[in-house]
Amino acid sequence: MLLDVPPLQLPNPPFRLQPDMVRARIRPRVKERFLTSDVQAEIDWAGLMRRVRDHQDKAAFALLFRHFAPRVKGFLMRSGSDAGVAEECAQDVMATLWQKAHLFDPSRASVATWVFTIARNRRIDVARRARRPEPEELPWGPEAEPDQAEVLEAAEETRRLANALADLPEKQRALILRAYYGDLSHSEIATETGLPLGTIKSRIRLALERLRMQMS
Amino acid sequence: MTIRHHLSDPLLMAYAAGNLPEAFSLLAATHISLCDECRARLGAFEAVGGAVLQDAPVPLSDGCLDAVLARLGAPEGPAPRRPSDLPAPLADYIGTGLAAVKWSSLGMGVRQSILATGPGAQARLLYIPAGQAVPDHGHRGMELTLVLQGAFRDSTDRFGLGDIEIATEELNHTPVAEAGADCICLAATDAPLRFNALMPRLLQPFFRI
Repeated sequence: MLLDVPPLQLPNPPFRLQPDMVRARIRPRVKERFLTSDVQAEIDWAGLMRRVRDHQDKAAFALLFRHFAPRVKGFLMRSGSDAGVAEECAQDVMATLWQKAHLFDPSRASVATWVFTIARNRRIDVARRARRPEPEELPWGPEAEPDQAEVLEAAEETRRLANALADLPEKQRALILRAYYGDLSHSEIATETGLPLGTIKSRIRLALERLRMQMS
Repeated sequence: MTIRHHLSDPLLMAYAAGNLPEAFSLLAATHISLCDECRARLGAFEAVGGAVLQDAPVPLSDGCLDAVLARLGAPEGPAPRRPSDLPAPLADYIGTGLAAVKWSSLGMGVRQSILATGPGAQARLLYIPAGQAVPDHGHRGMELTLVLQGAFRDSTDRFGLGDIEIATEELNHTPVAEAGADCICLAATDAPLRFNALMPRLLQPFFRI
């Protein structure tokens, strides 16, 4: 069955998202800022996820691992884990990405967002040993593949959001980071984020409406 | 179902960040299972998490990738849906349906069933017969109430199936179940309620409410 798999096509031009290469081109003041080419890269992450899901493609998984595992480790360390635990959890998170690839829907989340949700859940498992009830899973519709324009739009939003986060006044940005590192309770979280969340919400809403129509 | 009362932004963001007490998470997950508007808003807050995740990569030790590659098995397929008349997250706590809940009486026909959740907040199911009132009470912390069946009213508004009432310290209320179907709610509190009449207050320790 593995023989049926078409060869892995690396993004063209040659795969450009090695973190070091990206970092070298980023202005020091705004190191989180995405480059325009990252929109293309984000689409490619989704494509690699599809290869993991449909073909259990370990080469695609390795590329995702090299990009995301260090980010998960960094995220967990900032959330209070020591380096050893963070590294172990990063491995677990990437193994879960493989295991649950069927749940990833690029019309509703970028790969980074999806990885974040897995890392968050792992952090809860490890730190508190309490459960985090999850909303009912929604399957992909019968037309499993969202069209490319939609994935492009989602990638564009991911970039805009990262830019907006980088551009926030330092105090406000630090508060949002603390909230996501798990340092702020719901009563300490400020309602106004200053981030462009409306467009993202609207797009996900449309994707959900379409999914509901396919399901009915 | 027309849901008119939703989760607040701070609650959704805390849920996205993974920092709500389990009882509140249960209520949020149950509401989101019924409400695509809040599911989409949650998606936006999780996207912020995706941006935060990109912020600070730390290199892994050698051999990490190989270790993970070696343990990858066959991916899971979609989980089979369990037969239940309840949203999946709630069914995980109380089984197949509301008919199976073991209730204990709070008096006046009002019944409760406490759910086992982690520290920080407590979750319970409340059963209020049609037309019946829950004793007038205030809140020391936050009380979230999600309607699973029927509807109730208080001084602020009407709450129907899928609606959430978010009550804070400022609110004193006497929720009354509407005539018609008995009202069943999932409620979560992060501090004991404050009953305004003597009798319920005396009984409070026994009911853990």
